[in-house]
Amino acid sequence: MTSAVLTRPGRSAATELVRRLPEYLMIWVPLLLSAAHLVSFSLWTLWISFTPSTLVPVSGWVGLRNYTAVAASRNWQIAFDNLLLFGSAFVLLSAATGLILAILLDQRIRAENVLRSIFLYPLAVSFVVTGTVWSWLLNPGLGIQKLVHDLGWTSFKFDWLIDRDMAIWTIVIAAIWQSSGFAMALFLAGLRSVDADIIKAAQIDGAGAVRIYRRIILPSLWPITITVVVIQLQFAISTFDLVRALTNGGPGIATQLPALVVYDLMFQRSLLGRGAAAAVLMLLILLAVLLPYAAWRYIQRRRANHA
Amino acid sequence: MAALSIRALSKRYANLEVLKGIDLDIESGEFTVLVGPSGCGKSTLLNIVAGLDHPSAGTVEIGGRVVNDVAPKDRDIAMVFQSYALYPSMTVRQNITFGMECRRVAKAEQEKAVANVAKLLQIEPLLGRKPSQLSGGQRQRVAMGRALVRNPLLFLFDEPLSNLDAKLRVEMRMEIKRLHQRIGATIVYVTHDQIEAMTMATRIAVMHQGSVQQFADPDTVYRYPANLFVARFMGSPPMNTIPARLEAASDGPVVVVGAGRPDEVRLRLRGYDAAAPFVGREVVFGIRPECIAEGSRTFSSDAPVRVEAPVELVEPTGAETMVLLRLGGEPAMARISPDIRPAPGTSAAFALDTRRICLFDPETERLIA
Repeated sequence: MTSAVLTRPGRSAATELVRRLPEYLMIWVPLLLSAAHLVSFSLWTLWISFTPSTLVPVSGWVGLRNYTAVAASRNWQIAFDNLLLFGSAFVLLSAATGLILAILLDQRIRAENVLRSIFLYPLAVSFVVTGTVWSWLLNPGLGIQKLVHDLGWTSFKFDWLIDRDMAIWTIVIAAIWQSSGFAMALFLAGLRSVDADIIKAAQIDGAGAVRIYRRIILPSLWPITITVVVIQLQFAISTFDLVRALTNGGPGIATQLPALVVYDLMFQRSLLGRGAAAAVLMLLILLAVLLPYAAWRYIQRRRANHA
Repeated sequence: MAALSIRALSKRYANLEVLKGIDLDIESGEFTVLVGPSGCGKSTLLNIVAGLDHPSAGTVEIGGRVVNDVAPKDRDIAMVFQSYALYPSMTVRQNITFGMECRRVAKAEQEKAVANVAKLLQIEPLLGRKPSQLSGGQRQRVAMGRALVRNPLLFLFDEPLSNLDAKLRVEMRMEIKRLHQRIGATIVYVTHDQIEAMTMATRIAVMHQGSVQQFADPDTVYRYPANLFVARFMGSPPMNTIPARLEAASDGPVVVVGAGRPDEVRLRLRGYDAAAPFVGREVVFGIRPECIAEGSRTFSSDAPVRVEAPVELVEPTGAETMVLLRLGGEPAMARISPDIRPAPGTSAAFALDTRRICLFDPETERLIA
């Protein structure tokens, strides 16, 4: 093969194109399709959000009326507050859990590969399954509470799932279970990329394990931490199936999240215009996270190129 | 006083014996270079001295104290790594003071120590920078600063120059040597580069397959290599090692290369009494390239030894001309005057310095004389 290429340096552009056609098809067709979907449907949603559409899309212009209506609704306000709480608690706790798991796994333990797979496995489970399983586990009459009761501790109480104030934490728990393995994998890669000589140098300098982690290893994990936080945040903002399966926004509307509001407005109340407005608001929240991240990446890359 | 004593030290990983009974005594103020090809165990030995790895058997003594069970930080050592191992999130100043910070040295004292070291290494303008903003040579200097500031009993260098480009390597080599001359520190320096070993060391330990082949000053290692491995490892190009026969003559032994051939070479040896038991036997005849020169060269006042030999290849380097020739049918490298360029395929006259010949036992590969 290589020798054939070497002996025919004057190959025509057409032959070259045919040879590389599979590559082009494989890369460009999906890329264009998904870009077209993303861009065209985003624009369409944006347009709908300014129309008085209800059950079916209609043309017309109502300005920001859909937005003000959505923003003023109690449903959206609760969803937004929940997003702030859920987003920050979930991102911080799953990153922390992932980091702790990664540090523990990095201690040259024997069953590392097995444990790594176990911790990563929840990621392979769909959110609907996670939500459903946790809804059973957290159901007081079915899951953990019943198990402890059956073991004899009858005064034990763990009913967050049906507690208005605590229900949002059940989503946090399930989401952490699902995705802290992912954070762990990224952190573990970061820990492994720390030059072993640096650790040796620190040992000779007289630093103990805690100081080595605090002063040398953890600071070098900053870029990975930011990546983990951004990926988890955009997951948190678009969370839908997990909540739908676990609490379905309840009890009442206590665990409402923006994506559920969009679904509710569009498909249950047939208010397409308002649903689209809520969706655009979600997109704006997402951009508020992703744009600073993109800017940070850009600055990092430029600095790296200059160094 | 011995700054470092290593006794019967061995290291085994599962079935692999990395170090086989190492014994070394390093005096205070010496610059000892551990040199050998990769995988010879030199870095493992250094790590064991530093306390970063543990020996399977044997003891390590630093400054007269057995340190087998002493933590690296309490061994009174400092180490410079091949990758520099600077702490990436700290400034140069913090990199240098980190050790003192761990040992709870007073702030004012830290400042003074940093100022001294920075002045010595001329890195004052870099103190506020991060390692990622430094060039390779600057990082190297900071790594040395971090070691120097500790003022330890023993400095350990693990291939500190191998990540630098050739020009910078030569500069840093001189700088490290100058530093050693100035502060008189005891240094153990690991490298695979025999030139670094020859140029910097006060004593060289040549290692191969987990044991020390020879431990002596550079001149001795070069002039009297303990065995064929050392002869072929030290020197660039290495010593020519040629199968030969030792025969008796009226006034001492004669080395015969290519016995029975029309181009047979006979070299009379003087002062090689130790070779007497090998008369009439096969030996390995070793001669450094610089001991084979153009025919007009005189090496000593004695009657010059000259041979006619076919030239195979000529490599002019500018400073000298390297010639691959056939000595009694065996290939040998010669180092001749730069402006002499014998034509390949022809025959030329060469002068040999027979006073600096080495003879090795082909069985044990050890130096006979």
